[in-house]
Amino acid sequence: MGQITLQGVQKSFGPVHIIKGADLDIADGSFVVFVGPSGCGKTTLLRLIAGLEDVSGGKILIDGKNVVDTPPAKRGLSMVFQSYALYPHMSVRGNIGFGLKMAGLPKDEINRKVEAAAATLNLTPYLDRKPRELSGGQRQRVAIGRAIVREPKAFLFDEPLSNLDAALRVQMRIEVTRLQKQLGTTAIYVTHDQVEAMTMADKIVVLNGGKIEQYGSPLELYERPANLFVAGFIGSPRMNFVTGEPALQKAAATIGVRPEHLKIERDGAGGWQGTIAVAEHLGSDTFLYVDAGPLGMLTARYIGELSLHAGDRVSLVPDPARIHRFDESGNALRG
Amino acid sequence: MAAFFFPAEEKPVATRQTQFLARSLLSPAVGLLFIWMIVPLALTIYFSTLHYSLLDPGSESFVGLENFRYFLTDPAFLASLQNTLVLVGSVLALTILLGIPLALLMDQPVIGRNFVRLMVIAPFFVMPTVSALVWKNLLMHPVSGLFAWLASLFGLTPIDWFNDVPLFAVILIVTWQWLPFATLILLTALQSLDEEQKEAAEMDGASAVSTFIYITLPHLARPITVVILIETIFLLTVFAEIFVTTGGGPGLQTTNIAFLIYSQALIQFDVGSASAGGLVAVVIANIVAFFLVRIVGRNLEA
Repeated sequence: MGQITLQGVQKSFGPVHIIKGADLDIADGSFVVFVGPSGCGKTTLLRLIAGLEDVSGGKILIDGKNVVDTPPAKRGLSMVFQSYALYPHMSVRGNIGFGLKMAGLPKDEINRKVEAAAATLNLTPYLDRKPRELSGGQRQRVAIGRAIVREPKAFLFDEPLSNLDAALRVQMRIEVTRLQKQLGTTAIYVTHDQVEAMTMADKIVVLNGGKIEQYGSPLELYERPANLFVAGFIGSPRMNFVTGEPALQKAAATIGVRPEHLKIERDGAGGWQGTIAVAEHLGSDTFLYVDAGPLGMLTARYIGELSLHAGDRVSLVPDPARIHRFDESGNALRG
Repeated sequence: MAAFFFPAEEKPVATRQTQFLARSLLSPAVGLLFIWMIVPLALTIYFSTLHYSLLDPGSESFVGLENFRYFLTDPAFLASLQNTLVLVGSVLALTILLGIPLALLMDQPVIGRNFVRLMVIAPFFVMPTVSALVWKNLLMHPVSGLFAWLASLFGLTPIDWFNDVPLFAVILIVTWQWLPFATLILLTALQSLDEEQKEAAEMDGASAVSTFIYITLPHLARPITVVILIETIFLLTVFAEIFVTTGGGPGLQTTNIAFLIYSQALIQFDVGSASAGGLVAVVIANIVAFFLVRIVGRNLEA
């Protein structure tokens, strides 16, 4: 079991409010990703759940029990740190087994569990190596091994893949997701990378300035962003925002259209006219950065190759069904 | 450096010219250092083979290894060798055993931490002669010393430190001087301990004591090695503290090798025997260094 509930959780360091009241329900076995820009409080929120920081107000319930005053080790959670925080002088076996040893388990049981965890993570050949003799991806797996061996109620990941190179990151992303599904353990995962969030999460929590902006499944966030911040943060390339005349026609202060929902017409007279400033040809996609005069810079995405180049005139026609409308304060307008 | 002394293969002309330039620019400094070392060493070796007494000038004559035989069979030699080893060993043990808790305390955030650190480091800046005088006359004096006063407060008989436990008194003084050094090195090491490692240990359920034993202490292995190696070099030659407080006595109880050599040369005016003793001390220092590097030097390998 690993159901985690936050009720009005607050955290301030002196006069600075980092978390301004967070309410959240994390279902048992789900994979929840905290995402947001630097300094939005996502790591602080994770550390509050872990117990490495004390809350300034509110409750944290794990399986219905308030754990605000429980020390970290007693909360039954385990954490994978950004720097992995492996113990450098211990072998892989020692690292993975340390928590069990501290819990006072008999030696042969520790060995059995460590070897099982190592087998799950393909670490068996490296059990007697020191962390410095391992590659980045292997160290990452040891850190994960240390987390799973204790059979916690939930895993906490603090940007665990940010130190890996791009190819390895994609591979580890898949491994972590697969492992979590296989174990069925609740996981909370902090990242600033919205691609990681979209691909790994069952549910995403978008944080900004210490507040939860929206909580929902990846596609919910993509299709129905609650406000301008979420709309701009989720999706790559970023959503185009247009104010002024086109927005007023839709009875909104701002309208947003994702780059993939703009139809590109070579010599069209309708839609939004502009000149291509930069064209990126990836083969699978074509990204156009279009200077649309009073509307500003617009980004358009075309699936496949499109033979257009910088300087060409195009018109961009938004898909009317996929226009997002926002009011003056940035909240989404529905209907 | 290795490449400088042992050029591996034929280098391009430009590289060779640069190397030649580097060597010619280095040579004055290297040469000066070389002469600085080699002249006293050569003179010492030369004197050690002479019968050379300052009380009997003009009688210098070549005596071969006689001075070494005299120095090594002197009963004072074994006693002073033992004193040297006891002194070095005790001070090393005390500075590390006291330095670790002190460093842990100074690593805690407290008000006025910088001032406390400055105060703790202060003894290191006091000259050995001065600190020995302070300890001898203000603290350990059996009549007017602070310790005697404290003892009398509790109705105890004051300890006459330099008569009853002379070597221990010297060890205390030297420990007081070297404790700041050990503390400082260990403190900087503690500050470089990754915060996330401690947090990981906390998540793993390690108590403060377990964290210290399994995380902090292994992390300190390397700085402890550094402290042992550096302190040993200096502790083998402790002199001022002994000279000022006990003068090597009572009897030979606080005479170490350095003090024995001094007494040969400047109390008995026997330059030949003192030179032989000096060379013996060099050999002993090398033997100690050899074993130390064998035992603890492993920790220095990355």
